[in-house]
Amino acid sequence: MTDWPILSTVTFLPLVGAFLIFLIRDDGASARRNIRNVALLTTVFTFVLSLLIWIGFDNSQAGFQMVEKTDWLDSGISYHMGIDGISMLFVILTTFLMPLCIAASWVSVEKRVKEYMIAFLILETMVIGVFCALDIVLFYVFFEASLIPMFIIIGVWGGKRRVYASFKFFLYTLLGSVLMLLAVMAMFWQAGTTDIPTLMTHDFPESMQYWLWIAFFASFAVKMPMWPVHTWLPDAHVEAPTAGSVLLAGILLKMGGYGFLRFSLPMFPDASDYFAPFVFTLSVVAIIYTSLVALMQEDMKKLIAYSSVAHMGFVTMGIFAMNAEGVQGAIFQMLSHGLVSGALFLCVGVVYDRLHTREISAYGGLVHNMPNYAVVFLIFTMGNVGLPGTSGFVGEFLTMMGAFRANTWVAFFAASGVILSAAYALWLYRRIIFGALTKESLKSMLDLSTREKAVIYPLVVLTIFFGVYPAPVFDVTTASVDALISHISQATGAADTASLAK
Amino acid sequence: MYQAIVFLPLLGFLIAGLFGRSIGAKASEYVTSGFLVVSAVLSWIAFFTVALGHVEAFTVPVLRFIQAGGIDVSWALRIDTLTAVMLIVVNTVSALVHIYSIGYMHHDPHRPRFFAYLSLFTFAMLMLVTSDNLIQMFFGWEGVGLASYLLIGFWYKKPSASAAAMKAFIVNRVGDFGFALGIFGVFVLFGSVNFDTIFANAATFIPAEGAAPEGQVALTFLGYALNNQAALTIVCLLLFMGAMGKSAQVPLHTWLPDAMEGPTPVSALIHAATMVTAGVFMLARLSPIFEHSATALTVVTFIGATTAIFAATVGLVQNDIKRVIAYSTCSQLGYMFVALGTGFYGAAVFHLFTHAFFKALLFLGSGSVIHAVSDEQDMRRMGGLRKLIPTTYWMMVIGTIALTGVGIPTTMIGTAGFFSKDAIIEGSFAAHNPVTGYAFIMLVIAAVFTSFYSWRLIFMTFHGKPRASADVMHHVHESPPVMLVPLFILAVGALLAGVLFEGYFVGHEYNEFWKGALFTLPENEILEHFHHVPLWVKLSPFIAMIVGFLLAYQFYIRSPETPKRLAAQHHGLYQFLLNKWYFDELYDFLFVRPAMRIGRFLWKQGDGRVIDGLGPDGIAARVTDVTRGVVRLQTGYLYHYAFVMLIGIAALVTWMMLGNSF
Repeated sequence: MTDWPILSTVTFLPLVGAFLIFLIRDDGASARRNIRNVALLTTVFTFVLSLLIWIGFDNSQAGFQMVEKTDWLDSGISYHMGIDGISMLFVILTTFLMPLCIAASWVSVEKRVKEYMIAFLILETMVIGVFCALDIVLFYVFFEASLIPMFIIIGVWGGKRRVYASFKFFLYTLLGSVLMLLAVMAMFWQAGTTDIPTLMTHDFPESMQYWLWIAFFASFAVKMPMWPVHTWLPDAHVEAPTAGSVLLAGILLKMGGYGFLRFSLPMFPDASDYFAPFVFTLSVVAIIYTSLVALMQEDMKKLIAYSSVAHMGFVTMGIFAMNAEGVQGAIFQMLSHGLVSGALFLCVGVVYDRLHTREISAYGGLVHNMPNYAVVFLIFTMGNVGLPGTSGFVGEFLTMMGAFRANTWVAFFAASGVILSAAYALWLYRRIIFGALTKESLKSMLDLSTREKAVIYPLVVLTIFFGVYPAPVFDVTTASVDALISHISQATGAADTASLAK
Repeated sequence: MYQAIVFLPLLGFLIAGLFGRSIGAKASEYVTSGFLVVSAVLSWIAFFTVALGHVEAFTVPVLRFIQAGGIDVSWALRIDTLTAVMLIVVNTVSALVHIYSIGYMHHDPHRPRFFAYLSLFTFAMLMLVTSDNLIQMFFGWEGVGLASYLLIGFWYKKPSASAAAMKAFIVNRVGDFGFALGIFGVFVLFGSVNFDTIFANAATFIPAEGAAPEGQVALTFLGYALNNQAALTIVCLLLFMGAMGKSAQVPLHTWLPDAMEGPTPVSALIHAATMVTAGVFMLARLSPIFEHSATALTVVTFIGATTAIFAATVGLVQNDIKRVIAYSTCSQLGYMFVALGTGFYGAAVFHLFTHAFFKALLFLGSGSVIHAVSDEQDMRRMGGLRKLIPTTYWMMVIGTIALTGVGIPTTMIGTAGFFSKDAIIEGSFAAHNPVTGYAFIMLVIAAVFTSFYSWRLIFMTFHGKPRASADVMHHVHESPPVMLVPLFILAVGALLAGVLFEGYFVGHEYNEFWKGALFTLPENEILEHFHHVPLWVKLSPFIAMIVGFLLAYQFYIRSPETPKRLAAQHHGLYQFLLNKWYFDELYDFLFVRPAMRIGRFLWKQGDGRVIDGLGPDGIAARVTDVTRGVVRLQTGYLYHYAFVMLIGIAALVTWMMLGNSF
């Protein structure tokens, strides 16, 4: 198994599926059925294959594993793939969510099914590539290219204001990626390589670190998204089709957090240390600001989108706490958010498919005719609120713990965000699910169909499983995170480890 | 066995919750109630082996939980005397409430759901009381909060029920905010969240006088550099904030009266006997930390005494039968906190224990009344029920004499409240901290009020002329045995729990009974002192009880016009009390409305005008000016974007190749 390039296989397998779909001529119901089946089979197969990565993964090893390296364009750039404890689970998360997305679009997407499925499969390849790439140019290619299919998904299959939404998306990400590109060039100029593992141990001069850090930050902060560059997200979510929202919230946002962990922290430790208070400020503002904004939303998807921004605030806060609890918590929070917010968007999709509106006021009393839906929605609401016993709790709690060790003010404000999250999430739940069923249009709505159950129930199981037994995740991440933390504390002079030891 | 005690309710919840609709309501009821009865019996066995026997405290490991960084916690069951006491309280009351509910909820179409929630609650509560670390405690803490939310909002058609459920959850979250920060603080101070490690480190945490160098910083909290003593105080206060939320202490009490929107058995189980005492349990469990912070204990005493008197004054004028009992609960919890604050942990847990019996009895009894009078809860439309539902009447009277603490001072003859409540009052006199004087006076006055509102409830409900419509009076009926038997059992507890267990909880067998589960410093000698308070102190609760009774008798039996006249004379005061000191209005004004206003402002102005206006929309407007006409995504921006990216990569690669060749 050591010789078999499993990472490349998993990465590019979806492209094979996309090619097969490309060959199918899109006319008639049977062709569409074939397209859907091929897409589903490809993603399921990719998922099963990716589990081999997890099985073959060595928890005790902190460095990169399953490495593949081939020179590419005789230029110092190489095709270099590999995973460690930080990136591995994101690959699994991606391959896991993808079949659910395909299944969630089974009936709701009717026009241009072929292009839709191709876009999704290409997106899968790009995203897995981001998490596996160990060459900074390769990373950049995957990172930027992943936006194109997402663009198309929002722009073509989106709602009424899709052009505006993708426009916004475009402007934000363009700015970030240009700066990142410049930074990549500068890094190559200084270090003479684009190899990520080499760069991680390279000692950049301190003055240069600040500029590089800012350039990367611009790109990742937009991706996360952090306040105040978050406003593209609610619009993108609102306009995107359900499966697009799931992927956007579930995976694409994590690329920003992953970028911080892969580049900003290990490569620019001094700058990270220097800018940490700045990131804390933005994170705390994001948590409180967007929670308050979420409280007043009238559109279900927008509300959940704003809550995503708040949850990503916990992630950046945990990462820049730069201690083991914070970083572990941040990784866990990202994974958990992938499950919970993805599931919440699926939940919105369920009622949207029936009533074709996202207005909260159009609903009410759904518990009467949709009891299963009410239960599922409750579980994810509680996951969103961070109730212990759901996966949402573990990440939120650890990031706050990490932040408390770094700076009590940050933890103090973040914890008050927890109160607000309960307020907006429960209020949403109350307005949609509780109350008397009086609206005529709702009375004929049916409970979850078998297909919807197949999509959502796995997420329910995982949300609770990882809330009660998060050990499998921490087993994977511990070695790599510990190595990262000790690397940073060595670089920054080990000032804060002394205070802990006491 | 211990696993069975904790996990049988979970199993019951899963069966009733997942398969309730297929196995039917009857089966769900029997399964959940059956499991709970088994759990309750096992709990009593555990109590006899652990608390009354000679088994040392031990821990039953269950499953790994979080190992990350310095945190290493597992799911585990910590069994000692304190846990054993809580186990019998929780499981006994829960089993009785399950059985009672079979009768009470007879007409409800959603019984499987109801019983599933009850069992879920019980499970979460058991996880809380058996926790051996703060994170598991937090799990149970929030778990009971969730179950409480679900049960208060059980009748989801009623908007008031949904609102009350939400309020309960959010106000509790305010407390949890403090609890969570407290846990973080404990972790920073002691390097662990496991009780064993915390307690071991706490013993040597406060440096002996003069031993530690001045200015040593243990924790920097919100910009203040704190030494060990101050840091410990802050952490204790943060943890206590959690306790205030859960145990409905002023100013986080506002959710408890509203929680009465839930079905009455729920009020008995959650909002009287078990969940609301979680805060008391928490402080008792953490006595090894709190004992080292005199300042924190003083605050606890003050809040407890204030809540005791505040809730008692509001209880005087409420007309909803359940709200009277709810405020009474709030007030009695204040008593328990006073006991905790004066370092008299044994008395706090003792009162928790006896209170569970008589308050559950009062709630279930009032449920029986409500059941009899066609779901009427307003006491102004009751009266004269004594002859029609005599069993319920006598059960309520037993609950009342237990609550008011009827007994003969200086002897061992008395009801449960006579032992536990009087011990707290005497303890507050004997203790030494800056607010004990205040606490003692408040508790005695509150005892007058307690007696007054309790008897007022009895007189308004059962005595006098019927005020209900003839139709309702015609249908009044005694409850079925399935509801009455739980009342009998609780009544036995309400009468005998005090006299049987006083020696163990606060008396001579204190040390053999607790076996170190409650920690007290050597200089804390309250256990000695409270036995030797002056006679007038011992008599004062008794006199308070008599005075309260006589006043109630005068007001509601001899001259029923007096209360109305008084209310009219002191209109302002009456309204102030009736509206619960206007706490709800104040919070609405201070927090709820501003939060919404700010939220809307940030959304429309912050996001809409400032960020989007200056950023994307502003630029977009300029760009669209230029590219107007061909604004189609597929042909426009996408290709621009891909183009820019490709050029970028091309430039990069070129640069690198050139760079290599240099």
